[in-house]
Amino acid sequence: MSTTEALTPALTYRQCEFHAFESAGTQFVYLVPSGSIFAIDKIGREILDRVKDISPTREELVGFLTERGYAPAEIETSLMELEFSEVIQRGDLIPPKPKLPEKNFPLQRVVLNITNQCNLACTYCYEYSEDKISKTDGKPKYMTPSVAESSIDMLIKESGDRPSIHVTFFGGETLLNFPTLRTSVDYAKRKCAEAGKHVEFSLTTNATMLNEQIVDFISEHNIGVTVSIDGDRELNDKMRVFSDGRGSYDVIVPRIKMLLQRHKTNSIGARVTLSSGNSHVRRIYEHLTQEVGFYAVGFSPATANPNRLYSIGETKMETVLQGFEDLAWEYRDWALAGRQHGFTNVNDTLKELHSGMSKAYPCGAGLGLLGVGTAGDISLCHRFVDSDVGKMGHVDKGGVDHAARDQFLGTHHIGARYDCHTCWARPVCAGGCYHEAFVHYGDTSAATLHYCDWIRGWNDLCLRIYGEISQQNPSFLDRFSEN
Amino acid sequence: MHSLKPINRKARKVEAAVIAATGDVQALQKRGGEGKIYYPMGCTLNFTPGWEVDISGGVAGLCQPVERDLFDCHLGCGWPAQVPDHLNNAVDWTDKCASATNDWRKIDIVFP
Repeated sequence: MSTTEALTPALTYRQCEFHAFESAGTQFVYLVPSGSIFAIDKIGREILDRVKDISPTREELVGFLTERGYAPAEIETSLMELEFSEVIQRGDLIPPKPKLPEKNFPLQRVVLNITNQCNLACTYCYEYSEDKISKTDGKPKYMTPSVAESSIDMLIKESGDRPSIHVTFFGGETLLNFPTLRTSVDYAKRKCAEAGKHVEFSLTTNATMLNEQIVDFISEHNIGVTVSIDGDRELNDKMRVFSDGRGSYDVIVPRIKMLLQRHKTNSIGARVTLSSGNSHVRRIYEHLTQEVGFYAVGFSPATANPNRLYSIGETKMETVLQGFEDLAWEYRDWALAGRQHGFTNVNDTLKELHSGMSKAYPCGAGLGLLGVGTAGDISLCHRFVDSDVGKMGHVDKGGVDHAARDQFLGTHHIGARYDCHTCWARPVCAGGCYHEAFVHYGDTSAATLHYCDWIRGWNDLCLRIYGEISQQNPSFLDRFSEN
Repeated sequence: MHSLKPINRKARKVEAAVIAATGDVQALQKRGGEGKIYYPMGCTLNFTPGWEVDISGGVAGLCQPVERDLFDCHLGCGWPAQVPDHLNNAVDWTDKCASATNDWRKIDIVFP
């Protein structure tokens, strides 16, 4: 009799939380909440099935397995492994209480909304559309270099012992305020050199303002670039239009090609917003990679109240998931051949699955990341800049409001999101985007329940792809082991 | 592990924790699953005469012949080694051996 048996003689076996899946003829379990992935053998599967069917006592389970022809030593070893790995347990399932992060969690990134102005009038834009939450009245249109420098000082101060920090430039259309961007990069490099830290930069742009001078600056300073574009001319110009209704495709594509040709020092990704009029995943992907020349393309549905015409809706989301699945299997084929596919949604999820990430929060907002508005107001993230929700201080008036930050982190922890407590996908999802929840439910702490089935479907798909790659070309996964 | 094969990085951490929690006591010089020999921590890392194996797992590097009883055992270790009775019958057994490294030859042979 083992020690555990002696302690709990009358208890029956139960399954712990996990998601079982099969890929390429191998059975796997994805354990929750640890995020660990194991291949499980035949006796292991028989144990799980039996435990699921009848919740046996140890004696009953050993008897069943003995009848099935397994040797006592094998039964003992398998039961011990499954129990200690928390795949099965005796007694009731009492999940461990999640831990709150330490106070003053070191900041890693600020997103500077260096302008709240834009030269496009995209129908679905969360900054200017009907779902706008930012209140820019009375705020400057452009962030001054002084405010940007205060923001960088705040980042360095709040980053604690972190050796590397990151500044992201955002808008509006970011490049409408290129002067502040340029001085900020120089300032951040100088200050970080003094502080002994490494600094990296990225920006998001609609590409309308790109010229050779700007691209050369971007390239010289190794700035990562995300370009917003929704596909070919017909699809892009449905939503991404100038204020006079003119489409932006013909303006941006030559500039994007110039960017791709001149900027080789950091990644350049396309960011596609899917909406009711645009859910053609493969068509968009093929156009952006083959015709425009992007190596990496990521997709995201427009954040919108479900009553909006451009809201993607449940039916379209099914189309999107089918499109994602189609491209994801192509990613799998490429990975098995040792090639890097450009569908970044798969890549990002595989990276999280590979490390076994188990999130307490859906993203870094308020934790390692903060947004700053043009006037210097600090917010939860770039999406909440200048809104009444998620205010977290001012860069020149006391810096980060730690009390507000702690209060937010306490109420938005996965432990406080009761809807998520029985979901196997919570190690990767952790409840979903705060902004999405706020626009949909008026509450940042609500779980984004309208995406639950979709997220579980997506994670199951990525787990199967991960499992197959792990069996047939495991060296491909080494690229996710960096850091 | 037998039934569970770790696939991702977190699973390897879980596996290490399970092995640490369930690992068995190993006899000296028993070869483990990966062909490793389990050495006792402590004694062989110091200059301690008479331990079963030297740091390489053999007996060539021992500071005194392996046939001699354990010098260190009779003072600092509870191992029931056949060493002279330090308290009653052979009180001065190690008097001439101030430093085991230099003076091990001066340890007397004791006849009961």
